[in-house]
Amino acid sequence: MSETTILTDIFRWLPFVLWGFALNILMSILAIMLGTAAGVFLGFGQISHVRLIGRISRLATQLFRNAPWLVLLFYCIFLMPYSFTVSGVTYNVPSWLRATLGFSVPVAANFSEIVRGAIGSIPKGQWEAAEVLGYTRTVTLFRIILPQCVTRMLPPWMNLYALLITATPLASIVGVDEALARTQAAVQSEVQPGFLIPMYLTLLTMFFLYAYPISRVSAALERRFQTV
Amino acid sequence: MRSATQDGALVSLRGVRKAFGSIEVLRGVDLNVAKGQVVAIIGPSGSGKSTILRTINGLTPVDHGVITVGDITVTDPRVDKVALRHRVGMVFQQYNLFPHKTVLENVAMAPIQVLGEPRRQVEERAKDLLAGMRLPEKALSYPGELSGGQQQRVAIARALCMQPEVILFDEVTAALDPEMVKEVLSAVRKVAEDGMTCILVTHEMRFAREAANRIYFTDKGVIVEQGEPKAFFENPRDPRTIEFLDKVL
Ligand SMILES: Nc1ncnc2c1ncn2[C@@H]1O[C@H](COP(=O)(O)OP(=O)(O)OP(=O)(O)O)[C@@H](O)[C@H]1O
Ligand SMILES: [Mg+2]
Repeated sequence: MSETTILTDIFRWLPFVLWGFALNILMSILAIMLGTAAGVFLGFGQISHVRLIGRISRLATQLFRNAPWLVLLFYCIFLMPYSFTVSGVTYNVPSWLRATLGFSVPVAANFSEIVRGAIGSIPKGQWEAAEVLGYTRTVTLFRIILPQCVTRMLPPWMNLYALLITATPLASIVGVDEALARTQAAVQSEVQPGFLIPMYLTLLTMFFLYAYPISRVSAALERRFQTV
Repeated sequence: MRSATQDGALVSLRGVRKAFGSIEVLRGVDLNVAKGQVVAIIGPSGSGKSTILRTINGLTPVDHGVITVGDITVTDPRVDKVALRHRVGMVFQQYNLFPHKTVLENVAMAPIQVLGEPRRQVEERAKDLLAGMRLPEKALSYPGELSGGQQQRVAIARALCMQPEVILFDEVTAALDPEMVKEVLSAVRKVAEDGMTCILVTHEMRFAREAANRIYFTDKGVIVEQGEPKAFFENPRDPRTIEFLDKVL
């Protein structure tokens, strides 16, 4: 009898948690977009022949890649202003948005390494052949090197995204009302014993169903590009 | 500039020195190549042959000396790189075709994108060149679908399409299976016979002897001996040349 009540309780809470999960997805999509854009620049910076740019980009990449995500999250949450004023109008920056920026920092650093690695995997002869034909370094990068890199960057980029979505519940620690926070709230408001474990299992399933296909596609792509 | 044209040299190296770190790779190289001439550089591995070629089109900057190609001073730090690339073509041992571009695009892209020539005109020329390399039906293939010998002939067409005045060939048959060496050598031969100035580094002694007007022999970063092919191969004078030829012939 108690199994059915647990199930009905879970179903009662499911929409509430799912809406929280939607926030996890929203944060992850925004963070992957921001992080990818910033990571492209950092990655180009790493291979720059301008020494200062190269140094700074490599330092930033290593720093943010090797720092715990939670620490970076704390930094972004507490260092960023809670609101800002543009021409008299004050905007509040909601905590989920600040958390999103916090996630995009390690994403950028990891993608920077993906970009650098992919560019480095193209034989040097490609650069030389282009140079001999009169192409500048920048034009060579965009017209000749990067088109060959895209397929190599796609699988690790998808893996990074899968990693990112599974990291988003960290935001609950800094008070973002996402899936984990909502699951905790559900567990606390139900007096019924034996509800805790199935409820968390539901949350796990949610993440698994979302992230696992991404990992599979990534692995399939990787195999496919290797054989070509 | 004037003197270069006066003594008839299209390419001229004067006292060229180059070190990588503490290793002196070129220790004073002088070399003159007249328009239409075919020059072969031979010598033991590591003697600086590739480095000589690479200094001529500015791929490797030199430490000392002056290099000119026509009225372009390659060693001038303010050299117009595009003008230099236009004038000097290069073909590599590893072909280095762009794998994501078709054969036709490989051949035609630089004249269009770098030199700004009209696409239709360049593509016509590229097709003619591919036909000249006996590859007319491969225009829309990708490099990965071609044999090594075919890829190298595309690379030669790509260099020619820039309409350079001189082409540098760096051991263009060294990466090929034996059965493809001949087709590429005869392609190079054809380029030379059409009047293109050629500087080629090669291990193919027979080819050097038949195709070149002049042979340079390098050892440890200097040119030890030079001469007409017949005299060079039949009557080498320097002991280092004699030793080398004994080994390879
Ligand atoms: N970029 C570089 N950095 C350091 N050393 C280099 C570099 N390029 C060439 N060298 C060195 O310079 C020397 C001459 O090299 P080079 O490639 O010109 O010789 P080569 O005569 O073409 O030899 P091979 O017949 O093997 O191609 C070699 O000892 C090589 O290791
Ligand atoms: Mg060499």
